[in-house]
Amino acid sequence: MSNLSENLERQARLSTMAQAPADRLIALCKSAGVKVPHSVLRAPEIGTVMVRGRAGAVGAAFNLGEMTVTRASVRLNDCSAVGHGYVQGRSHEAAIYAALVDALCQTDQGSALMASVIIPLQEEKAAHEGARGARAAGTKVEFFTMVRGE
Amino acid sequence: MYVAVKGGERAIDAAHEWLADERRGAPDVAELSISQIREQLSLAVNRVMAEGSLYDPDLAALAIKQARGDMIEAIFLIRAYRTTLPRFGVSAPIDTGAMRCDRRISATFKDLPGGQILGPTFDYTHRLLDFALMADGAVSPEVKEGGPTDAVPLPHVTEFLDREGLLQPEPEDNTPPRDLTREPLDFPADRPLKLQALARGDEGFVLSMAYSTQRGYARNHPFVGELRIGRVAVSMDIPELGFAIDLGEITVSECETVNQFTGSKTEPPQFTRGYGLVFGQSERKAISMALVDRALRWEELGEDNVGAPAQDAEFVLSHSDNVQATGFLEHIKLPHYVDFQSELELIRRLRAEAMMASTGPREAAE
Amino acid sequence: MALSEPSVTDTMGGGFANPPRDAAIAFRAALDVMARPGVIREITGGHPPLPLSPAAGSLLLVLCDPETRVYLSPSCDTDAVRAWLRFHTGAPLVAADKADFAIGPWDQLCPDLARMRQGVQDYPDRSVTLIVEMDHLAAEGVRLTGPGIKAEAFLNLPETTAFVANARRFPLGFDTFFTSDSQIAALPRSTSIEGAS
Repeated sequence: MSNLSENLERQARLSTMAQAPADRLIALCKSAGVKVPHSVLRAPEIGTVMVRGRAGAVGAAFNLGEMTVTRASVRLNDCSAVGHGYVQGRSHEAAIYAALVDALCQTDQGSALMASVIIPLQEEKAAHEGARGARAAGTKVEFFTMVRGE
Repeated sequence: MYVAVKGGERAIDAAHEWLADERRGAPDVAELSISQIREQLSLAVNRVMAEGSLYDPDLAALAIKQARGDMIEAIFLIRAYRTTLPRFGVSAPIDTGAMRCDRRISATFKDLPGGQILGPTFDYTHRLLDFALMADGAVSPEVKEGGPTDAVPLPHVTEFLDREGLLQPEPEDNTPPRDLTREPLDFPADRPLKLQALARGDEGFVLSMAYSTQRGYARNHPFVGELRIGRVAVSMDIPELGFAIDLGEITVSECETVNQFTGSKTEPPQFTRGYGLVFGQSERKAISMALVDRALRWEELGEDNVGAPAQDAEFVLSHSDNVQATGFLEHIKLPHYVDFQSELELIRRLRAEAMMASTGPREAAE
Repeated sequence: MALSEPSVTDTMGGGFANPPRDAAIAFRAALDVMARPGVIREITGGHPPLPLSPAAGSLLLVLCDPETRVYLSPSCDTDAVRAWLRFHTGAPLVAADKADFAIGPWDQLCPDLARMRQGVQDYPDRSVTLIVEMDHLAAEGVRLTGPGIKAEAFLNLPETTAFVANARRFPLGFDTFFTSDSQIAALPRSTSIEGAS
C-alpha cells in the first residue's frame, strides 16, 4: 500500500461511496463513463456486517445487530489497478461501480472522477445533513425563566 | 395416510393462493409499494429491523408487506433471510457521541450543552385522530427551520456526572463479545450478551419487564439521563485495504438512565447506569431496554435479589425473543395425531378401569 | 464483464469465477466425499497460490469465512497464501491449537495434532478439520468400513496409527479431507480403519 495521504484519500472516497444512495452513485458513475474494460476479482456479493455498540456508550462492546453490505473487487485491463467497492444495502451494480471508481482513482482519471462522482456525492450528503440539522435545530427548546414580580 | 398427504398438498396450495389474495386486499384499491411502507410506516419498519436484527429498511418494508402487517411474521422473514447471507466481518463499536441527532432530550438537566432537541416526537400531540389524513393528498405543512446548527457533536449527559465521579465508571472493554446468533444462549450470561438479547428482544416483552420494575418488582429509580436518536456511521477494518472505511450510516435510538444507588459493601453511594441501544427510531424500546439492563445488573452491583422477574436473567433472556416464542407456541397447532392417540388410549383405559372398580361391586349385588 | 485467466501467484485473483454456482458445486463435492469415506471426487474452481493445490484452495473457498479460524502449516504459510485467503475468505489465521481448519502436508500437521481441538463431550463438533495435501489419491491401502460405506472402501492414508486412534475416540476427534491437485477424498472420525491390505 502507498503513503498515508493516498490512503486517507482512498478511505474518504470509499466511505463516501459506501454511504451514498445506490441510485445516486450509479447515476453519477454512468454519466461519468466509469464502465471501462476490467476483470472481476470478486464478484458482487451481498452480505452483512455485525454492528457493535458499547454498554453505556463507552464500556464493553456488544453485538447490536447486522446491516446489509454489498462488496465487489475489480482489476482494470489497461493498467491492472485494483479497486474495491463496499456499499450499504444490496445493490450489485453500485458495488461494481464503487470498485471501478476506486480503481480509476488510482490512474490519471482520479481528479476527473473526484469532481464528477465523489465531490457531488459529498455535497449532496452535506446538503441533506444540513437540512436535517436545521430541522432539528428548529425543535430545540428555548427555556424562559419566569421571574415573579416584574 | 398417503391419500391424506396428497389432499394436504392441494389444500396447502389453495390456502397459499387465498393468502396471496387476502394480502393484496380489494383489487380496486391501489397496491402499496415498498417505498410507501418504508417512508410512511417507518416506525413499523424500524421495529422489524431492530427485532429482525438486520438493518435494511427496504427489506423490512418488504417483510411487512408480505406478512400483511403481522410484525412478528415480518421479523421472522427477516431473521430467515439474514441466515442466508455471509457475514463479512464486525464493525468497530459505533460512536454514539458523534451522532447527528434528530432528537436529544434529558430528564435530568434542563440546560445541557447543545440543548434539548425534541425532534419528530409524538410526545406533545393530543392523541386525537386526525381526520385530515383520511382525505387524499393531504398537504404537508411548511418546513420551519431553526437556522444552521453547530457542527460540533453533542456530549453525552453522563460525561458530566462522570467527571465529578458521581457515576459508576463504565470502563472501555474491547473483548470480542459472545454472539447469540452464532452460539446458543448459555448461562451465566455477561452484560454484552444480555444487551444483545434485549436489543433484539420483543418490544412488548421488554416494555412489560421494564414496567414491572417501575411498579415495584425490583424498583431501580431510573432517570432518563439522556435519550438521543440520530444517525451514526458504521466503520469496519477492511483487510485487503489495511485500513477502516465507513460502510454506511444507520439510525439508532440510545437511552442512558441514571439510577439511584445507595452503595454496597464494596461501592460508595453513587449513580449507576442502565443502557439501551436499538436500531431505528424506537425510543420506547430504548428506554425499556435501559431499565431492564439496570435491573439485571443487581449481582454485579452487589444488590439484593428480591426475586423479581426482571432480575432473573435466565427468565428474561430465555423469553425475550418473539420468533423463538412464537415458533414454540404455534407449533402446538400442527398435527400431533399420534401423541394425542396415545393420550386418548390412556384416558379410555383409565376410565374403563375406574368404571370397573366402581360398577363391579354393584353388578355383583344385582 | 470478461474474466481474464488469473495467474496462480496473484493473490487477488483465483477466486470462484461464478461464486454461487462454483461454490455450490465445490460444496457438493466436499459433502459427497465426507458422506462416503474413500470416494475420490474432483473439486475445482479455486486457483490458490502455490504450494496450495487447486483442490485445497477450492475447499477453503467454500468452507472458510471471517468466523472460521485457519492454521497454515509452515510450508503453506507464505505471504501469498495469507493474502489470498484473507482477500477471498477473510478467515483469521491462528496457531494450530485454536484452528477450525488446519492445512498442510501430513508430516507437518502430525506433530501438532495432539494440541489441536478434538471437541468436548457436550459439543463434539468443536473440533479441527484437517486438510491434508497429498502427492496423489488412490482407492488402495487401508480398508475403511462404517457409516456411508456400503461394504468396504480403500484409501491411501499417509499413515494408519493416528487415524485408528482418532476413530477410537469417537464422538471426539477430528475429521480429515485429503487433497491432491484437483481431487478430494475424506475420512470422518466415524470410519473404522483396518491395516493396509
